[in-house]
Amino acid sequence: MSTVVGEMDHQDHHHHAPSGITRWLFTTNHKDIGSMYLWFSFIMFLVGGSMAMVIRAELFQPGLQLVDPHFFNQMTTVHGLTMVFGAVMPAFTGLANWMIPMMIGAPDMALPRMNNWSFWILPFAFAILLASLFMEGGGPAFGWTFYAPLSTTYSSDSTALFVFSVHIMGISSIMGAINVIVTIMNMRAPGMNYMKMPLFVWTWLITAFLLIAVMPVLAGAVTMVLTDKYFGTSFFDAAGGGDPVMFQHIFWFFGHPEVYIMILPSFGIISAIIPAFSRKPLFGYSSMVYATGAIAILSFLVWAHHMFTTGMPVAAEMFFMYATMLISVPTGVKVFNWVATMWRGSITFETPMLFALAFVILFTIGGFSGLMLAITPVDFQYHDTYFVVAHFHYVLVSGAIFSIMAAAYYWLPKWTGHMYDEKLGRLHFWCSLISVNVLFFPMHFAGLAGMPRRIPDYSLQFADINQIVSIGGFAFGLSQLIFLWVVIKCVKGGEKAPAKPWEGAEGLEWTVPSPAPYHTFETPPEVK
Amino acid sequence: MATQHEKYYVPASSPWPIVGAIGLGLIAFGAGHTVIDMKNETVDGWGRNVLWGGIAVMLIMLFGWFRDQINESMGGLYSPQLGHSYRQGMSWFIFSEIMFFAAFFGALFYARVIAVEWLGGASNNAMTNEVLWPGFEAMWPLTETPGGTTTQAMGWMGLPLYNTIILVISSFTCHFAHVGLEKNNRKQLTLFLGITIVLGCIFLYLQGAEYVHAYRDLGLTLSSGVYGNTFYMLTGFHGMHVTLGTIMLIVMFFRVLKGHFTPDNHFAFQATSWYWHFVDVVWVCLFIFVYVI
Repeated sequence: MSTVVGEMDHQDHHHHAPSGITRWLFTTNHKDIGSMYLWFSFIMFLVGGSMAMVIRAELFQPGLQLVDPHFFNQMTTVHGLTMVFGAVMPAFTGLANWMIPMMIGAPDMALPRMNNWSFWILPFAFAILLASLFMEGGGPAFGWTFYAPLSTTYSSDSTALFVFSVHIMGISSIMGAINVIVTIMNMRAPGMNYMKMPLFVWTWLITAFLLIAVMPVLAGAVTMVLTDKYFGTSFFDAAGGGDPVMFQHIFWFFGHPEVYIMILPSFGIISAIIPAFSRKPLFGYSSMVYATGAIAILSFLVWAHHMFTTGMPVAAEMFFMYATMLISVPTGVKVFNWVATMWRGSITFETPMLFALAFVILFTIGGFSGLMLAITPVDFQYHDTYFVVAHFHYVLVSGAIFSIMAAAYYWLPKWTGHMYDEKLGRLHFWCSLISVNVLFFPMHFAGLAGMPRRIPDYSLQFADINQIVSIGGFAFGLSQLIFLWVVIKCVKGGEKAPAKPWEGAEGLEWTVPSPAPYHTFETPPEVK
Repeated sequence: MATQHEKYYVPASSPWPIVGAIGLGLIAFGAGHTVIDMKNETVDGWGRNVLWGGIAVMLIMLFGWFRDQINESMGGLYSPQLGHSYRQGMSWFIFSEIMFFAAFFGALFYARVIAVEWLGGASNNAMTNEVLWPGFEAMWPLTETPGGTTTQAMGWMGLPLYNTIILVISSFTCHFAHVGLEKNNRKQLTLFLGITIVLGCIFLYLQGAEYVHAYRDLGLTLSSGVYGNTFYMLTGFHGMHVTLGTIMLIVMFFRVLKGHFTPDNHFAFQATSWYWHFVDVVWVCLFIFVYVI
C-alpha cells in the first residue's frame, strides 16, 4: 500500500508524557485519549457482560428464580445500551484515535481538545444511565430499541434520565466522528492520497459520515419520546394523530446505519490483519473501498426490514426486502476478498489472525442468518424470536467484538512496547471461540422452535437449549477475564517488541518505534 | 496535505474539555430530574439547581475555551491547515444539525401523509377507522384529533410571512457584513452585522408573539395533537437555533468592535455566518412545509 521514504526515527525525539491525574483529565494527545477510550470500553464490556450473566442465570431454568420480570427487562435493556454505546462504539473510537493519525502520518487528531471532550462525556453519560437503575421504579425496561408506547405510556419515571444520557452520548459520538472525518480529510501526510489509505482509515471515514448523519436522528427520536411522556405531545399516540409505528421508522432510520457503524471499522481491522499474517497484499483493495461505500449508501435504504410485522403496505415490504438482500452483494465482495487474500498465502496463526479468521467465518454465519431474516414472509415467523437474538449476536459478538480483540492483539505491541503472551492469547481465543458458539448457536434453534426474546420465563420444551446457552454464556464471560490478564501482563512487561513485530504487516504505524513515542509524525513523512 | 509543511498546532493540554464534560453531565442529570420533578409535581427543585449549575459550568467552559482559542489565533499559532480543520469541522456540525431537523421534518411528513390518512381509513385501514376511531376524518392541519382534541390552524399570512421576509433579509445583511470584512471595509462590516443582529432579535420577538397568539387565541398548544406537536417542535427548535445564532452574532459584533478579524483570518465570523445562513434555510423549509402547504 504505502512505503515511507527515508529514515523516520531521527524526527521522533522521545517526548515525555506529563504525569499524574491531570495528564488524563487535561490531555490532548490522541494516544492518551485512545487508551482512555479503550479502557472505558473494556470496563463497559464487563458491566454490560455482567448484566448478560444475570439474564443467562435467570434463563438457566424455566420459571422465575433470581430476579423479577421488571428487573429482567431492565437487564436486557441496559445490557444492550451499554454494549452498543458503551463497549463497541467507544472501542472503535479508541482504535481510531490511536491508529488513524499514525496510519496517515498526522501529528495528532485534527481537533485535539474536542477529542478529549468527546471522551470525557461518556463516563458521565453512563453514570447517569446506570444510576437510573437504582431509582424508584427502576431504570429503562423497554429494550434498547425503546419502542413507543413501552418507552412513553408504560415506562418508569426515570425515562427522562435515559433520554438525556442518550443525548450526551450522541453529542460525544458526533464530536468524535467530526474529529475522525476532519483528521482523515485534512491531515494526511504528503503523498497519502485517498486510494493509498489503509482500509481501517477508509472504513472509519465512512463510519464517521454515518455517525454524523444518524446520531442526530436518534437525538430527535429520544426527544419525541421525552415530550410524549412528559409534555403531552402525541407523536407516537394514535389518539392525537400520531403513530407508534412512526417511532419505529425514526428509530430504525438511525438504527440500521448504526449496525454498520458497529461493523464497518471491523472490516477495516480484518483487512489489515489478514494480509499481514498471509504475507500477501490485500486482494482487491479498491473493490473493498467501493463495497464499503455501497454498504453505507444501502444502509440508509433498508431500515424497515426491522419492522416487517408492524404494518406496512406490501410494496414497501417488497422494496425493503430486496434492498436488504442487495447488501449481501458488497458484503460478499468483502468476504471473497479476505479469502482470496489468504489463497496461497504463507499463513501463520498468531492470536490476531485467529480472531480474524474466526471473524470471517462467524460473521458470515451472522450474515447468512441476516439474509434469512431479510425475506419478508419468513421473517414473519422469526420476528422477535431467539433467532433474531442469535443473528445479531453473531455479527456483534463474534463479529464486532472479535475484530476488536483481534485489533487489540495486533496493535498491543505498538501500544505497550511489549509482546503479549502468545500462549495466553491463544487460550483466550480458543475459550472464546468455543464458548461463543455454545452460547449463540443453539439460540437459532430455540428461535426457530418459537421461543420469544426478552422474556424471563419460558415454556418447558426450551429448557435444555437454554441450559446449554447459559453454560456457554458463563464460559464466554469468564474467558474475557483471560483477556484482561493478557493486557495487564503486556502493559507491565514482556518481551521487547520491535518497531514491526509482524513480518507481513504494512503501514506507517510500523515505521515508528514500539511503544509509539508520545508524539509521532510532527513532521509529516513522505509517502510514495 | 501536499506541500504543506508548517507545524500543525496541537495544544499541550487544556482543562476546558473536562470542565465541559462535567457541565454536560450536570445538565443531563439536572434536566432529567427537573423533568421528572415536573411530572411528579414535587417542588423541592434540586434537579433544577443541578441544571442551572451545569449551565453555569458550561458557560465558564465556553468562555475559557474560546478565550484560549482567540488568544492562540491572535498570537499567530494557527496555520492555514488548522483553518481547514475548523471550517470542515463546522461544516460537518451543520450537517449534523440538518439531520436533527430532518428527524422532525420526517415526523411531520409521516404524520401528515401516512399516520393521519390511515387513521382516517386510507389504504387498507378502513376497519381501523370504523372500529377504533369511528367518525374521525383525515385532514391537515389536523384541527380535530382522533381523540377529539380540537384546535385552530396557524395561517401563513401575517406574522409568519413577515418573519420569513425578516430572516431572508438578515441572511443577505449577514452576507454583506462578510463581504465588508473581506474587503476590509470595517464600517460596512459593523453596520450590516448590527442590522443582522437587530433583525434576528425582531424575528425572535415576533416568534414569541406568534406563540402567545397561538396559545391564547387559537387554542393551538403543544398538546393539541400531532399538528401542534410538529408545529411547536419544529418552530421551537428553530427558535432555539436562532437564539444561539443571535448570541454568536452578538459575540462577533463585540469582537469586531475590539478590532478582531482580518480579511483572511476570520474563522469565527465565517462559522457564525454559515450558521446564520443554515437557520435561515431551515426557516424557509419550515415556512413552506409547516405553514403554507
